[in-house]
Amino acid sequence: MAITEDRVDQAPSLADLLQRVEALEADQAAQVKKKNKMTIIAWGGQLDRIWPTTILATTAAASGMEASVFFTFWGLFAIVKPGVRITGDNWMQKMMSVMNPGSAQKAKLSHYQFMGAGPAMFKKLAEDQNVAKPDELIPLAQELGVKLIPCQMTMDLLGLKHEDLLDGLEEPIGAATAIREMREAAIPLFI
Amino acid sequence: MSTTIITVDAKGQSCPGPLVSLAKAIKEAPQGAAFELLATDPGSKSDVPSWAELTGNVVESAETLADGSFRYLISRAV
Repeated sequence: MAITEDRVDQAPSLADLLQRVEALEADQAAQVKKKNKMTIIAWGGQLDRIWPTTILATTAAASGMEASVFFTFWGLFAIVKPGVRITGDNWMQKMMSVMNPGSAQKAKLSHYQFMGAGPAMFKKLAEDQNVAKPDELIPLAQELGVKLIPCQMTMDLLGLKHEDLLDGLEEPIGAATAIREMREAAIPLFI
Repeated sequence: MSTTIITVDAKGQSCPGPLVSLAKAIKEAPQGAAFELLATDPGSKSDVPSWAELTGNVVESAETLADGSFRYLISRAV
């Protein structure tokens, strides 16, 4: 609002203004600084979760945003090296790795699984429509500078070692670092 | 001043293909270049302007060609 002549005598004093500026500055300093960044917590390992995760991450990077994906729980299986079969140190971890073959190529659907035919049909449709598949989008994301970060705790839980995972990943991190990533991202997502 | 126009042919590519191809071309292109993006993905009609808003690049023109495909002229953010 413009200060009109008849309001000049009511205008705040310089000291008042300085005080208000200082209060605003202190308030701003206390605020969390957001970056032009997208951070996705990739929790689900299903094809229909990993797919949008990899599409959004590559698109964010292609749009000049910083992007990172934190792979935890079932999501971690998407960044297991293809061909890595039985992993883990004990029978429980070994059994889980047999039940959940790694890599994005092996991901199952949450709907229309049809005993394995669903993902194959989806991939056939994707090929016909020229839609890139998650196992193609992951290296593309890396090429575009998306940080792919494994969850250390899930690796320990499942007995997955660094060499079981794809090459070119970031160092594994914990929950606090994941929260730091999310806090500074203008767009934090959990998929 | 003559401007180099770099054509990015993303016909047949689906989301996010055209934008990724465009972003890669822009990254590799010399300063001052302009870009022509060819696409068949109908999603590009909203995605190209959105991408421009995110990156600060400018969509100079967007047209639908006689064959139903799309042509965008893009100039790079300075």
